[in-house]
Amino acid sequence: MRRAGVVALNTFREAVRDRVLYNLVFFALLMMAAAVAVGQISIGIEQTVIVSLGLSAISLIGLLISVFIGVALVSKEMDKRTLHALLANPVRRWEFLLGKFAGLVLTLAVNTAAMALGLLLVMIYVKHSLERSDAVVLVAVYFILLKLALIVALALLFSCFTTPLLAILFTVGFYIVGLYVQELRNLPVEVMSPAMTAFTKGLSYLLPNFENFNVMAMAAHGRAVPGALILQNTVYTVVYCTIVLTAAAAVFSRRNLK
Amino acid sequence: MPGLAIEIENLTKEYPFGFLHLKKKTSLEGLNMQVETGEVFGFIGPNGAGKSTTIKLLMRLIFPTAGSARILGKPISDVEMHRDIGYLPEQPYFYDYLTAAELLDYFARFHDLTAADRKERVERMLKKVGLETARKIQLRKYSKGMLQRVGLAQAILHDPKIVILDEPMSGLDPVGRREVRDIILELKREGKTVMFSTHILSDAEMLCDRVGVIVGGKLRGVGAPGTLVDMKTQGMEILFELRGTSNAPLLSKATRTGDCYRLQVAEEELYAAIDQLRAAGARILSVAQVKATLEEFFTNLVEADGTHTSAVEVSGK
Repeated sequence: MRRAGVVALNTFREAVRDRVLYNLVFFALLMMAAAVAVGQISIGIEQTVIVSLGLSAISLIGLLISVFIGVALVSKEMDKRTLHALLANPVRRWEFLLGKFAGLVLTLAVNTAAMALGLLLVMIYVKHSLERSDAVVLVAVYFILLKLALIVALALLFSCFTTPLLAILFTVGFYIVGLYVQELRNLPVEVMSPAMTAFTKGLSYLLPNFENFNVMAMAAHGRAVPGALILQNTVYTVVYCTIVLTAAAAVFSRRNLK
Repeated sequence: MPGLAIEIENLTKEYPFGFLHLKKKTSLEGLNMQVETGEVFGFIGPNGAGKSTTIKLLMRLIFPTAGSARILGKPISDVEMHRDIGYLPEQPYFYDYLTAAELLDYFARFHDLTAADRKERVERMLKKVGLETARKIQLRKYSKGMLQRVGLAQAILHDPKIVILDEPMSGLDPVGRREVRDIILELKREGKTVMFSTHILSDAEMLCDRVGVIVGGKLRGVGAPGTLVDMKTQGMEILFELRGTSNAPLLSKATRTGDCYRLQVAEEELYAAIDQLRAAGARILSVAQVKATLEEFFTNLVEADGTHTSAVEVSGK
């Protein structure tokens, strides 16, 4: 585990030096522009607009980082053959994978936390104060981070056995399908055979359920998120990531490097 | 008798290819080889012969189709064994956002060294490979030769018992090559086992206690460079001076430079040849045994081997 930590810290350092965190500048500019615009065009719905826009931007920026950098985590090391010297040290392949995963999640956590802070500052600027109910914004940000961790795990898995381009397509595909898992589960039974119904239902439980992570509407209207949902999403992310990373390690541990 | 540092038994690597991966190309075929503790072992062969494949198999970067290998008596699947191994990949490429000092510190962290020990070793290694003044420059600004030096430094950083170097002289200028040779000799003096692959045969002849010659994925010979060469060496070279002309038949076989001639004859024909040349009025300047170089032995093997071409194709794949 200590070795995975060494890899994780280096992955974080790589992200910082490759200027991944520069996206924060874009986010800051967007939030400043939004704050000025909201003051002029919205009457009484400042919070809704600012929170929706802020959370959407946090989610979208995080999504781009987790997909593109998530896929490159392993594929870049294989392509550039930086892995060769690393694996000559006493490092197990699963430790390397876990380290890369943890490193990018750490990067996303820092990035997301910085953006959340920016969002709160803009809320203070617009509303001139923060209320207790505004804490729901932090819950929404936490859910976004959980979602991003899941996406990183999927990107890592796909990049272990296919090309970077296909891995990006698979990851984005899983994310989009995962947004509609509930619909898949509730397809009208009368138009499908029992076998097909069972198949789609089974599939809906296998696919990552990203729907549960979306509490943007509740956050925008200051409605509290149930504690049970926070616990459920946390456990779900930990279990799902563990399964996906175990599968990735199984594939990667037998992979011939070029 | 020294123990065995590396034992390779029947190591085979096939690469599937084609649309359904039904066809196979053999990159390494039933390799049996041992490297003894404390020796410098050269692994020589043309490009695509299977040298890097063997080394990658030993480092578990790729997995064998058949066969097994042990390093210091432990199976190569044992990750902890890597504490005792240093490895320099062919054409090494490292994290280019790190400086040389940061990279070495990063690798040292996998060997459970204390912070003080890491710092001391990193400084010592940078000095050893002549990079102390470039220690704070990011690796993306390094030349190929400098990267090779960093690679060497990371390979010996943790004081391993066995050092495996894949084409360590590749990309280095003459000064760099001499420095690498010095480091290899120093490692030998320290009692380390060094195995390195190369196709620069003079380096192998100069440094190695033993060499293994691999061509077309098959091992063609193992032994001390002199022993291997002697198997194929016969002949004497006569250097003589002859002014004017002569009808001696041997002259037609000699190479002429001004009044000097160079003639190569079989060992048993030496005295007859000298008598004939003296009778023709030649002055014998020197007689020397023709010792075939490792290069000639190696070239003969490559030319005799019809699989060389296919081996190159495998590497190109």
